[in-house]
Amino acid sequence: MSVVVKRVTAMLALGGAVLASAPAFADADEDNLVINGDIAIVTEAKAPAHMEYVDTIYSGWRFRSDETQVMQADDFDNPGMIGVENAMEKWAAVDGSEGKSCASCHGDAEESMVGVRPVYPKWNEEAQEVRTLEMQVNDCRENRMGAEKWGYTSGSMVDMVALITSVSRGMPVSVAIDGPVAETWEQGKELYYSRTGQLELSCANCHEDNYGNMIRADHLSQGQINGFPVYRLKNTKLNGVHARFKGCVRDTMAETYSPGSAEFVALELYVASRGNGLSVEGPSVRN
Amino acid sequence: MKVLALTFVGGFVAAGLAGAGTVAPGDVVFDDYGAIAEPLTTTPGDPEKGRAVMNKGSGNCIACHQVTDLSELAFHGEIGPSLDGVADRWTEADLRGIVANAKMMFPGTMMPAFYKVEGFTRPGDGYTGKAAKGPLEPLLTAQQIEDVVAYLLTLQE
Ligand code: HEC
Ligand code: HEC
Repeated sequence: MSVVVKRVTAMLALGGAVLASAPAFADADEDNLVINGDIAIVTEAKAPAHMEYVDTIYSGWRFRSDETQVMQADDFDNPGMIGVENAMEKWAAVDGSEGKSCASCHGDAEESMVGVRPVYPKWNEEAQEVRTLEMQVNDCRENRMGAEKWGYTSGSMVDMVALITSVSRGMPVSVAIDGPVAETWEQGKELYYSRTGQLELSCANCHEDNYGNMIRADHLSQGQINGFPVYRLKNTKLNGVHARFKGCVRDTMAETYSPGSAEFVALELYVASRGNGLSVEGPSVRN
Repeated sequence: MKVLALTFVGGFVAAGLAGAGTVAPGDVVFDDYGAIAEPLTTTPGDPEKGRAVMNKGSGNCIACHQVTDLSELAFHGEIGPSLDGVADRWTEADLRGIVANAKMMFPGTMMPAFYKVEGFTRPGDGYTGKAAKGPLEPLLTAQQIEDVVAYLLTLQE
């Protein structure tokens, strides 16, 4: 079933968004997210056992204003869904020396890609490496299609990741942290707690110690990535995980790591694991 | 607008070089509690100038602190304690130490060190995300520290 048909069904069934609003206060609000009147999103869960300092995890959605939240409750209002539609065309388009498209191998994304997003980043046995979804997409392009790699944070890439993510919305994030990924996970954890730059701030300073608090005009969330790619009203486009990491590290007045770098792959694995139990939400909407 | 993630961004402006009669960041003497007894410059602090430093564009102290006296400015942060009445709680030397390098008094605090140029992990070239080009400037000049301290001393209850 196409996205468009789904949307119409949702509209007919619902005729609007489902938001039970509670008065705004400093912490995560009490709102519930149901997308298209159909996909119930878990935005609050018991923290996974590996988290030492946090009891409850929240999606970033719970820290946004009602006006921003409501945009995500219906695909018609979610500007990130345009990226999903763009990617659907790319999914079916033949590219590269092998005369293949994504669809040649994977058929209908709405069937074959269900359940993929929740377990990434994950270990690839053949390559003996931890792979993000972006790395896997580029591996298919290069080695199966004979096509050019996409830039890690390029529009084509973030759109494709949004498509693959969108079909798993509502499924719980469940990345593995042990076995062959354990070392990478530890590296990511170390990065999460490292205070960088002239401001000497770590991810944890803002997103673990101060979520719910205002830092100037910004309401700090837990910095979860279950909602990625994120359509940001601030830059009016879909943003991938590493682009967001880069922005946050830059804001500590530090030299950032590059999108796609081993450091950011490790950090992504670790941050994803802090969201184990929340629903996949992307493409989400944030300010 | 571009990808400026935080209003916080651009809050701290690189400060000028230390001139004659000023104590360089590496030469500052903290006591056992993290206070600095001696002023960093020979020119007394100006509370009006210090008040301006509290806002975005220089110190951006209110990114993290609420200050009732600055209520004409929007969006005060909630990270650190309110600075209302701070002069009743701390001496001039304490306040100078806290602003210059709060980590000497509050180990592990989130508050940045405003008069420190070394010992950072991956220091950047301002907010560009690129590596620092050379020696860093402190976040505030010695004179700005004195100005902020003079302003904080006006915050009595
Ligand atoms: C100086 C404070 C600060 C630091 C340090 C910081 N961030 Fe952020 N981050 C923010 C603010 C402000 C936002 C926007 C509001 C929000 O979603 O929390 C944000 C947003 C995010 C988001 C988007 C969440 C969403 O739901 O859209 C992620 C992911 C994130 N940060 C991860 C990180 C990681 C990983 C690090 C460390 C490498 C980090 N942040 C360091 C301030 C910070
Ligand atoms: C990124 C956050 C942040 C910024 C920016 C910041 N502070 Fe702080 N400040 C804190 C925190 C957190 C504390 C509490 C100390 C602790 O960690 O126990 C604090 C404590 C203080 C105190 C002691 C207050 C008390 O009542 O105990 C003073 C004074 C102070 N800050 C002044 C300033 C000034 C002046 C500036 C700007 C030049 C500034 N701060 C910028 C986070 C910040």
